[in-house]
Amino acid sequence: MAAKYTLIGKPMPMTDAKSKVTGQGLYTDDISVPGMLVGRILHSPHAHALIRRIDTARAAALPGVKAVVTGLDAPKPYGILPVGHDEQVLQSGKARYIGDNIAAVAATSAEIAEHALSLIEVDYEVLPAFFDPRESMKAAAGWIHDTKPNNIEKEYHHHFGNVDEGFAQAQFVREESYYAGEVTHAAMEPHSTLAIWEPDQRMTVYSSTQVPYYLHRTLSDVCEMPMSQIRVIKPLIGGGFGGKSEIIPLEVAAAVLAKKAKRPVKITYTREEVFYAHRGRPITYVDLKVGLTREGKITAVAARVVQDGGAYCGYGPVTVLYSGALLGAIYDIPNVKYDGFRVLTNKPACGAMRGHGTVNVRFAFEAMLDALAHDAGIDPVDVRRRNLLNAPCITVNGLRVTSYGLPECIERATEHAGWNDKKGKLPRGRGIGMACSHYVSGAANPIVRSNIPHTTVNIKVDRDASITVFTGAAEIGQGSDTMHVQLTAEVLGVRPDRVHLVVADTDLTPIDLGSYSSRVTFMAGNACIAAAKNMREQILAGVAKKLGCEASELDLREEQLFVKGESAARMNFDQAIAAALEFQGGLVARGTYQPPETARGGKFKGAGVGPSPSYSYSAQVAEVSVDVETGRVTVESIVAAHDCGRALNPLTVEGQIEGSVYMGLGQALQEEMIWENGRLMNPTLLEYRIPSTLETPEIESIIIESIDPEGPFGAKEAGEGSLAATIPAIANAIYDAVGVRINSLPITPEKVLAALQEKQKRERAAATNMSGNGGGGAR
Amino acid sequence: MHNSATKEILRLKVNGEEREALAPPHKLLLDVLREDLALTGSKRGCDDSSCGCCAVLVDGVPTLACVALAASYQDCEITTVEGIAAPGTLTAVQEGYVEAGGTQCGFCTPGFLIATKALLDRNPEPTPDDIREALSSNLCRCTGYMQIYESVRLAIERTKSSQLDAVRS
Repeated sequence: MAAKYTLIGKPMPMTDAKSKVTGQGLYTDDISVPGMLVGRILHSPHAHALIRRIDTARAAALPGVKAVVTGLDAPKPYGILPVGHDEQVLQSGKARYIGDNIAAVAATSAEIAEHALSLIEVDYEVLPAFFDPRESMKAAAGWIHDTKPNNIEKEYHHHFGNVDEGFAQAQFVREESYYAGEVTHAAMEPHSTLAIWEPDQRMTVYSSTQVPYYLHRTLSDVCEMPMSQIRVIKPLIGGGFGGKSEIIPLEVAAAVLAKKAKRPVKITYTREEVFYAHRGRPITYVDLKVGLTREGKITAVAARVVQDGGAYCGYGPVTVLYSGALLGAIYDIPNVKYDGFRVLTNKPACGAMRGHGTVNVRFAFEAMLDALAHDAGIDPVDVRRRNLLNAPCITVNGLRVTSYGLPECIERATEHAGWNDKKGKLPRGRGIGMACSHYVSGAANPIVRSNIPHTTVNIKVDRDASITVFTGAAEIGQGSDTMHVQLTAEVLGVRPDRVHLVVADTDLTPIDLGSYSSRVTFMAGNACIAAAKNMREQILAGVAKKLGCEASELDLREEQLFVKGESAARMNFDQAIAAALEFQGGLVARGTYQPPETARGGKFKGAGVGPSPSYSYSAQVAEVSVDVETGRVTVESIVAAHDCGRALNPLTVEGQIEGSVYMGLGQALQEEMIWENGRLMNPTLLEYRIPSTLETPEIESIIIESIDPEGPFGAKEAGEGSLAATIPAIANAIYDAVGVRINSLPITPEKVLAALQEKQKRERAAATNMSGNGGGGAR
Repeated sequence: MHNSATKEILRLKVNGEEREALAPPHKLLLDVLREDLALTGSKRGCDDSSCGCCAVLVDGVPTLACVALAASYQDCEITTVEGIAAPGTLTAVQEGYVEAGGTQCGFCTPGFLIATKALLDRNPEPTPDDIREALSSNLCRCTGYMQIYESVRLAIERTKSSQLDAVRS
């Protein structure tokens, strides 16, 4: 199958890897320019407080301080969603969380900037604060934002089919409550922004962003400068995972300082500031009800989800909509009811994190499905086999499914993990569990509604016969650049080293919406192919004129130009370009991508989130050991099969699957932001414990290729979809090992131990009752 | 306290070169490398010596430059990621990380390269557990570590086969 391609489907090392292993590649904080100042931000010590007065006079007078700014310098509110423009870069009226941004300073050294912060006087009037979303949503007054009654950012109520009828048809119905603690991206690179004010009233901004285009728009809005006067450049990015996918306060603060100081200003967050900037996965309460027939068919699912969104909107409405839209759409479920609440609290805003919106509900659903399968005496693998979609199809909530590799994922993952040999046959304390997940390959509807294509890629070829690809897509470590090189070289029939990239520089590259919702391969990839095909046509048209034949008679492959049917090449690629240039001058080609109308979903309120041109699928098997004395869980191995359509580059696809599983493992067992009255108790990588090599088991990744009809060479997403299956696979394996279900994340030894003790108590009580001792009471 | 302490001339041997920097005695090695010597390959990933992104070799031993006072290392041989290979070349360890996917976002990579080099310098044939242990002070948020192990294995193979070639010729 892959033989018809030269590069597609073969492992290709990342094109920027050499710059990374030599230390030569530049991340934002590595860049210094003459006259550069250091910026620092003053954060609120109160979770909820009116700002009565800010006096910056003493700070401004400190020698070495070049600019001090407050909310008055940039009052215009912004936010990633058009419905959520609710934050100022620096608050002038009210602080809404500990860490909220109050003022910023630019000075000639970090020490001076920090000293200046201590000289800024702020009078706060402390207000009652809300920390628990379940309480916050009942508040009658004192709301966090006046425009959001009861502190509810958004609520959605969807009902497809009829769940009452569905539950009536089920022989097994479960209702349970699940909880997921808050987790954060913890990308290794702390956020950094360098804003350079230029003498012609322009500003160039280097920033650690996944979304250069949205940053460009926001800077224009808040700095009140036309977009044409701002240039955003994305250097190397040290990981994103969603944490850099909306506008982070330092990005705007650096620009506002630079504009005021008329000098370059760089702000780099400390790790503690990164934790408070956050925008991670919210605390989530899931009340779930699922019905199953005796035969193992799911008849209905009803979920009530409450998310603790923190103090600002951010991506919140999108998160809570994804939770509903993707809840039932992986299987064939005729009746789905969803009530989702995004609630404001006085904590840092949550946002998009890898697997956006799907992870916590997937944990709840897959754990419950495991329990229902147990109730019905059906193997957990079989119960999933019996509820597969009949793709291609439209799901009950209007999502168009074109390719569906889930069945093969289930078969291959369970086969590789030795499911049939192990399930129910492992010694006590050792267990095996499985779960599935899915994810979008980009959102079919853009954040800011318009009819402009989601992405454009340009390609230029000139006399040097090198190929330059101009793309706005943000390489953040996932392999976006490499993907562009691979696709371009494949279509043009040349060596990859002939292809060079200009990436994410708003003066040079066309707009791409950014690296989020796993959209880059599908969308920028399709645009890149379209541009390369157009370039190929132009080259062949020029050569055809030169040779006096039709372009359709020509072929370009392996750096050579052939007349079809001839075995010897007529000319090499350089000569072909020279020939084409004679007729056309420098060659420029363009390609775009816009999701088809049929992929954009239903018409109900909230239908815009969830639709995607294509979905990835994952099935995983986890094997664990549980120490019944300590409650400690050790994950022995995880087998992850992921359907990514055609794996353009198996090397990077495997890296994405393993990275997703790894992040799921962290959330399953050990990662949690611990809050006390709005203060984060573990804002360091020492105490917010992402897994090291010692906690990470062997991960086996299996690539499943359901060739997608619309994907680039059939590809779809690989970077996020695997994460959500890992958590319930581990939870289900724990049940298999020791017979307790932990419905609360992370699954700490304390929770396991408490559940084991509870179980023992119940079993003793049951045994006592059985033996006829009645009320007992002897103990 | 914004009045910087008196600066002194630090003499450091970095990547085989004698370098000088004017810095206060409390300045951290990482900051001297990044700010004064323009060696930005070593990264700051945390505030508390927990991530390993800043690791450099001091006399062959992996050392966290973010908690080391530069002034204390004036008699030592310091190697940063920029000094692992001769300019324009890659060592087997670097090749391994490039070819086997050991670097994704790349921010942790300098630290992992330093830890890997230190491991293979003292133990050219480590077991999988040796590798896991030797890399346990470095955090990577991208890879799930599998392709990092693959990178180390590839580096070991490359080194072995080039040694064999050298013996044969």
